[in-house]
Amino acid sequence: MKKLVIKENMIVGIKGTGIPKPQPNLNTDDILPARFLKEITFSNMGNYVFIDERYKDGKEVKEHPFNDPNYKGANILLAGENFGCGSSREHAPQGLHRFGIDAIVAGESMAEIFWGNCASLGVPGVTVSNEELAKVVDYVTQNPKSQLDIDLKKKMLTYGNQKVKFNIPEGQRESFVTGLWDVVTVLKHYEPRTDAFANKLDYLSFL
Amino acid sequence: MSKGTLYDKVWKKHVVGKLPDGRVQFFIGRHLMHEVTSPQAFEELRERKIKVKRPDLTYAILDHVIPTKCRTRPFKDKKAELMTATLESNVKQAKITYFGPGKGQGVCHVVFPEKGIIWPGQTGACGDSHTATHGAFGSIYLGIGTTQVRDLLATQTLALDPKKDKLKVKRINFEGNLQAGVSAKDLILYTINKLTVKGGNGFAYELSGSTVDNMSMEERMTMCNMGIEGGARVCYVNPDDTTFKYLLGREFAPKQDFRKAVQSWRKVASNKDAEYDSEVTINSSAVEPMVTWGTSPDQAVAVNQIVPCTKDGLGLIDPYEALDSCSYMNLIPGQNVNDIEINVAFIGSCTNGRLSDLEDAAKVLEGNKVKVKTLVVPGSEQVKYEAEMLGLDLIFKRAGAEWRNPGCSMCLAMSPDTLEGYNVTASTSNRPFKGRQGQETRTHLMSPAGVASSAIEGRIADPRPYLMRW
Repeated sequence: MKKLVIKENMIVGIKGTGIPKPQPNLNTDDILPARFLKEITFSNMGNYVFIDERYKDGKEVKEHPFNDPNYKGANILLAGENFGCGSSREHAPQGLHRFGIDAIVAGESMAEIFWGNCASLGVPGVTVSNEELAKVVDYVTQNPKSQLDIDLKKKMLTYGNQKVKFNIPEGQRESFVTGLWDVVTVLKHYEPRTDAFANKLDYLSFL
Repeated sequence: MSKGTLYDKVWKKHVVGKLPDGRVQFFIGRHLMHEVTSPQAFEELRERKIKVKRPDLTYAILDHVIPTKCRTRPFKDKKAELMTATLESNVKQAKITYFGPGKGQGVCHVVFPEKGIIWPGQTGACGDSHTATHGAFGSIYLGIGTTQVRDLLATQTLALDPKKDKLKVKRINFEGNLQAGVSAKDLILYTINKLTVKGGNGFAYELSGSTVDNMSMEERMTMCNMGIEGGARVCYVNPDDTTFKYLLGREFAPKQDFRKAVQSWRKVASNKDAEYDSEVTINSSAVEPMVTWGTSPDQAVAVNQIVPCTKDGLGLIDPYEALDSCSYMNLIPGQNVNDIEINVAFIGSCTNGRLSDLEDAAKVLEGNKVKVKTLVVPGSEQVKYEAEMLGLDLIFKRAGAEWRNPGCSMCLAMSPDTLEGYNVTASTSNRPFKGRQGQETRTHLMSPAGVASSAIEGRIADPRPYLMRW
């Protein structure tokens, strides 16, 4: 079988500014509190990311990175070790993505299910050592408007004049660079063969 | 590896082709949906400007959140109203057949078979774990998650992993006649108790043998419905004349091609020389009316027994889990299950909300009075109509039970029928899980006749003395 590539979904790298949220073990309830699971769609999830930290007693917590104007428009989240642990709910990655996060750089590891859920939304999650992450967070805090570059082909993160290798599960990396991370698009790609198949399925034509 | 079984044949018939990641693209002949698991999928399609691929193969219903007492819109519960309005606008926009209130509404797994939508040899899927019910027709029906609902709406196919999703096949041979007063529900509770809730993991269950051959479609549906409680994601019965007779003349069943359809349906049954990955035989004539005493569907005993406390009594049930269950249910190992007092009885659900279930309950209730709050909830508007034509509603009302409108009702805490405070129920539903019927509620699963006799006595009771009258 010829290797399939879906061009419009290819993600070979992410460029943009960073937003630091480096505490370790932040779980999906921290990211998106359970009370918002009641909503029947994901539409508003972007508004609820870290909402309990961002607002205390009805007042905006100015220094929270997700409120800080310095990080406005940032699309690369710098997260701590074991980011996204806890419940497997999809609301957390949906919320981050809808807030504007396009990629996550985490320390050491990321929670498995969360990692997979991010991948299926087209949000690459990559990990570096905790020491390395601390350096990146430091740099971004000093230079919030400086561009970061995540290169999925070379597995390389560039910040300032520093380059650092990162880890990402090979299956996920492959699905990003070939554009196959989105199941719907892949299945849709095979529409002609599906139609031909359905035309021949006997019971679909029983009158 | 199984060979020549219905499961193997129907699986093979629906593989469209390979996918680059090693999975296969699998065609789904019927997509069934309800209000709870579909809104996110529709929303994503809208955001991505993708149209519903096969609205002609998609059928929708309102069941989980609909109140069974007052159905006037808007519903009091704002979230239920929003879910309902969202479903209705989604199906209208996509031109999907919808069985709304007044149009044949009811519990999805009761209505779709009743309409003649489910046929042998099909594949089907629904964002609901009790979808295996439809395997009773000799088909593969899968319970799926919201992401898969989206894939299905967009492409009428699913990406399945042949290593994980292609199941092994275990044939369960049910041999012998059921005793008088023992129902399909008792037989499946007995089976799950013997094989445990994990017994079916990785397996499709083929239910066969003389007992199943002699069962009506409604009884077969009750059996397959609970297959998932035994861990089997797929559960099916080979189609036979009982299946074809059930389908003949139903609204969505083939009409002019019916003869042709039957010829094709006969071929999907497992071959005589089919090979199975595993096989087990159950002696159906040994089964007595059953009741679950714990918080897991496999923690069940006969109604005249004790809450098990010995290794023999427990069988394959984990003793630590049994203790945990007893403590939650406020039971003492060794006590008679007859001594368990109940204060609520529920007859209905996708397991036992069909006409024959209501008839069973009515036989027990006729001329008697219930001691506890008792809800009788028909599985569909059609069932309700038929029951009323037969006068069953009068029997229920005279006995002091409430006769309601169709819906999932008290099976799970999503409608106004959700129980509040400490309650002990006898229920014809399918899951005795902690909190399923209400935060503090303890659930005992039984057959419709068993729940009816328990309602009369206010404690777990054997229905047979009441049935002997006839």
